[in-house]
Amino acid sequence: MADGAVPRFWREIPQRYNLIGNQCGSCMEIYFPPRESCPYCRRKSMGKMKELKLKGHGEVLTYTIIYTAPEHFEGQTPYPIAIIKLDEGPKITAQIVDCEIDDVKIGMRVQSTFRKIQEDGYIGAIYYGYKFKPVEVK
Amino acid sequence: MMRDVAIIGIGITKFGELWDKSFRNLIAEAGSKALFDSGISGSELDALYVGSMSTGRFVGQEHVGALVADWSGFAHMHIPAMRVESACASGGLAVRQGYFSVASGMNDIVVVGGVEKMTDVVGDEATDTLATGLDQEWEAFFGATFPGLYAMIATRHMHDYGTTREQLAKVAVKNHANGALNPYAQFKRAIPLEKILCSPMTAYPLGMLDCSPVSDGAAAVVLCAADKAKDYTDKPVKIIGTGQASDTLSLHGRDNICTFESTVYAGKNAYEQAKLTPEDIDVAEVHDCFTIAEILAIEDLGFVKKGEGGKAIDKKITTLDGKIPINPSGGLKAKGHPVGATGVAQIAEIVMQLRGEAGERQVKDAKIGLTHNVGAVGASCVVHILEAI
Repeated sequence: MADGAVPRFWREIPQRYNLIGNQCGSCMEIYFPPRESCPYCRRKSMGKMKELKLKGHGEVLTYTIIYTAPEHFEGQTPYPIAIIKLDEGPKITAQIVDCEIDDVKIGMRVQSTFRKIQEDGYIGAIYYGYKFKPVEVK
Repeated sequence: MMRDVAIIGIGITKFGELWDKSFRNLIAEAGSKALFDSGISGSELDALYVGSMSTGRFVGQEHVGALVADWSGFAHMHIPAMRVESACASGGLAVRQGYFSVASGMNDIVVVGGVEKMTDVVGDEATDTLATGLDQEWEAFFGATFPGLYAMIATRHMHDYGTTREQLAKVAVKNHANGALNPYAQFKRAIPLEKILCSPMTAYPLGMLDCSPVSDGAAAVVLCAADKAKDYTDKPVKIIGTGQASDTLSLHGRDNICTFESTVYAGKNAYEQAKLTPEDIDVAEVHDCFTIAEILAIEDLGFVKKGEGGKAIDKKITTLDGKIPINPSGGLKAKGHPVGATGVAQIAEIVMQLRGEAGERQVKDAKIGLTHNVGAVGASCVVHILEAI
């Protein structure tokens, strides 16, 4: 991703740091990232979209292991990245960490964790956000 | 009431790393060839459309409609010119816009080009630019790549339907075998299965040779009101169906990631307009930007049942002499994928096939052909159905 002005990252902090989505007050469908209106209810949802913090628990729907990565991710290869279905419903694309790459499987339970995502080289901004790790067994 | 539209001329440049050709050279070459092929002098043209994905980043040039009109020699005629963008489906969408303008009666003859010059940038810039077709904020920001997203489709397809790495690789083997017969192809050579399978991993389960290349190239077609087509050519090819559809920009936004609903809907619209079913199609050029993409395409276009795309490759029904030959040109995989050019080049290939001018890669008795052009990871799709008249 090309380097950019700080606000383009700063304004996404609630979503990327704290998994803030929103919910349609009409059909109760939950969205992440938050949407301006509900694609199903449209005008009925106007003014009824309410912020909602997601718990960050879910299941791996599919995954890949990235070997060839963009410059900002080169230091991290090879890394697994997955589409995760969160328990509240929304699906999300995120890296899987804290496990061997061979251990990533469809159906595995994961939970979100706050991590460094990428950086603008050695002197540029560092961007944080969610990654997911296997659910800790209690 | 819409009127019928025919293709009366096609032009295509060689695809590849064309270091001695600039963006404007390429599109002007394809356009001139198409005009020459159509038999028109040029003064009959009512408008110009050009599909390109990211000229601003690839060559640092926007205002592409005007540029192409100028360098194709139409600035002094002051014809309207516009650029059309829908990521990798830009070319197909440009053809659709040209089609509408003639079908509506507003224009009688238009030229539609598609072009991309991708090798003027260095390092990661080409792949980073392609990745702008993804959801930058919610996919790419978190480390997802273009091949990575298609790889996630492949992982799930393998899980749900038992599709194998070998079946994916066989798509590349077939398309390289076809590309070896295509004088315009970037890779004019066959590649054996073992080599595809042992190419370096790009994004598991896709290796480098499961991916289409970075390419330069251009293609153009001349569209004409069908009732006037025979004034210019003996072999007009009619556009009998066109369809376009959208989906969520991000792959994760969809209910089923093993289907491109954009393909299903674009196909459905095109089949309905043409009053045809998938069984009626004799040959198709589909968007195989990655090997898994061809498997998805033949399923979503209805050539095989969902989940049986991999087995179809094993049964060789998609080879040049198979039941439904797919990508006789070599596809994006072997012919090359100058993104904006691809959708127009697919139309040009099907026109060659329907005219019986495809040489060694000619599909026997091809009367009806289909093109399928996808934007990025299926957020947009354009399908056309063509028939020789």
